[in-house]
Amino acid sequence: MNPSPSTNGRYIAGIDIGTRMTKCAVFARTTETFVARATILTRHNLALASEKALADACHLLGIKPADVFYVASTGYGRYQAPMRQIQITDITTHAVGARYLFPETINVVDVGAQHAKAIRIIGSGRVMKFKMNDKCASGVGSFLERVAKGLELSLDEIGQLSLRSKDPQPISSICAVLAESEVINLVTSGYPVEDILMGAHLSISDRIVAQLRQVGIEGAITLTGGITRNAGMVNALEQKIGRPLNVCPDSEYAGAIGACLLVDRRLKKLEEQKAMAN
Amino acid sequence: MVVAGVDVGSTQTKAIVLNENGEIVARGIVNTGANVVKAAERAFQTARQSARLEEWEVAYVVGTGYGRYKVTFGDTQITEISCHARGAVALFPGTRTILDIGGQDTKGIRINEKGEVVDFCMNDKCAAGTGRFLAAAADVMGISLDELGEVALGASNPLRITNVCTVFVETEIMNHLSKGKKAEDILAGVHQSIAARSVSLLRRTGLEPEITFTGGVSRNRGMVSALEEKLGGHINVNKDSQFIGALGAALFALDRAKTKHEDQPSVEELKA
Repeated sequence: MNPSPSTNGRYIAGIDIGTRMTKCAVFARTTETFVARATILTRHNLALASEKALADACHLLGIKPADVFYVASTGYGRYQAPMRQIQITDITTHAVGARYLFPETINVVDVGAQHAKAIRIIGSGRVMKFKMNDKCASGVGSFLERVAKGLELSLDEIGQLSLRSKDPQPISSICAVLAESEVINLVTSGYPVEDILMGAHLSISDRIVAQLRQVGIEGAITLTGGITRNAGMVNALEQKIGRPLNVCPDSEYAGAIGACLLVDRRLKKLEEQKAMAN
Repeated sequence: MVVAGVDVGSTQTKAIVLNENGEIVARGIVNTGANVVKAAERAFQTARQSARLEEWEVAYVVGTGYGRYKVTFGDTQITEISCHARGAVALFPGTRTILDIGGQDTKGIRINEKGEVVDFCMNDKCAAGTGRFLAAAADVMGISLDELGEVALGASNPLRITNVCTVFVETEIMNHLSKGKKAEDILAGVHQSIAARSVSLLRRTGLEPEITFTGGVSRNRGMVSALEEKLGGHINVNKDSQFIGALGAALFALDRAKTKHEDQPSVEELKA
C-alpha cells in the first residue's frame, strides 16, 4: 500500500462489474467526495471491462489509473478485476452505497440485468437479511430486455413509453423467454404498446416486491442498480409497494460508491491504529 | 370415409388424416405464428391437399394442443394429454410413459396397460427444458435448429451448462464461445441439461418402460441420444413422433365418426 507520489494517496476507486454494465466511481479522500464516475458495457471480457471503466473514470479526472491509491472491486465479476487490491461482496457495497446516498435507508432493492437483491439493514449499516435471485430472469432487468426485443424497442425507451399507459395489460408469462412471445401476440391482438409495457413493468415488480417482503419492509426503501434508469420501473414498483422509493442519478453507482466508502473506512482505521502506536 | 386430427402447438401446427381403417393417408405441418386460427386452417389444408381431399369429405375433425379451441372447423376438442396417450399407444403399443417436448412446454404422461392416462405433469411456466431452450441456443450459436442435434452428437468433451434460465444460458454460451470452446461440446452440454430436466419431470409421474418420445423436439437426434444416456435405456421414436398428438386426435375422430354414422339412419332406412 504505497501511495503514489503524484497524488499522495488521494484517490480510491470502486469498480462494480455487473453482468451487463460495469460502473466505476472515484472517491477523493482529501475532500471526502466522489469526483468521477464512468459506466461501460461489460461484454464478455470482465477483466477488460474493469480496466476500461477505471480508465474512463480516471480520464475524466485527468489522472492515470496508476495514480489511484486503492482499487476495490465488487459485483458479479469482482474476482476478475486484475488491478484490485480487495474485492467486496455486492450485498455489503450496495447497503453502504445506499446508506450514503440516502442516510434514512432501511431496505435496499438492487436490480441489475441478471440479479435482483432485497436487503434489510440495521443500525449503522450492517446487513441483517438479504434475498437474492440469480437463477431466473423473471424478476430482473433481462426480462425487460426481452420484452423490449419482442416489441422492437430499445431498453432505454421502454420506461418512458410505459408511463403513458392508461390500461396496463397484464403479462401472464413468468418466464422472460415466454413473455417475449406473449408480448408479440398482444401486439398482433391490437393492444397499445404502452399498456403492454406497463403490464410488463408491473409484472416484474410483483416478483421484486415478493422478494422484498421476504426480508421485511421496515422503513425507507432505496432502489439501486441499472433498473433505476428506467422511470417506468420506478413507477411500477412504487405502485406495487404503495409508497415512494429513494432514487437519484447516482443510484446505479451504489455498489461502486459503497466499495470506495468501505475502503476509506478501513484506511481510516489503519491510520488511527498507526497514530495510536506512534 | 376419412377423418382428421389437428394439433395446434405453440410453435408448430400438425394435421393428420386417417382412412376408415385408421391408416395415415396424409400429414400437414406449418409454423403456428401469431394467427393461430389461420395456422390450424393451413395445416389442415396442407394435409388435405396432399391427399386430394375436399373439406366436406372429411367426416370428423378433432382439435387438440394448446390452440385446440382455435380449430374453428373442428367438430370437437380433446386435450393433448389424451391425444398424446392415444397416438403413442397406436404407434408403440408397449408405451407406459410419454415424454412430450414441444416448443414451449414439456409434459410427462404415464399410462396403464389399457392405454388410459394415469398421471401427468407439465412444465409450461419456464422455457428451461423446452424446445425454446434449444431455439435460444441455436440462435446464439448461429446454427439452425434442425442441425443442432447432429452437431451435438459430434462432441468429444461435453461442457456442463450451469444455468437453468434460458436467458442466462445465452450469456453462458457466449462466454464459452469467447473462450474458444467447441460448438459441439457446448451443444452437447445444452442437450444434457434438457435431458436432465426432462428426466426429473418424468420421475414425478413415475418412469415405467417403454418410454415414447413425442413433440417437435423428438426429431432432434442429439436429444434422443442425451435422453437415452440419462435414462440408461432405449426410447421409442419414429418419423411420426412429432405427429403423435394429431394422430391421437384423428383416432378419436374416427371413433366419433363411426358412432355418428351408427346414430344416423342409413339411406335405406330413410327411403323406407
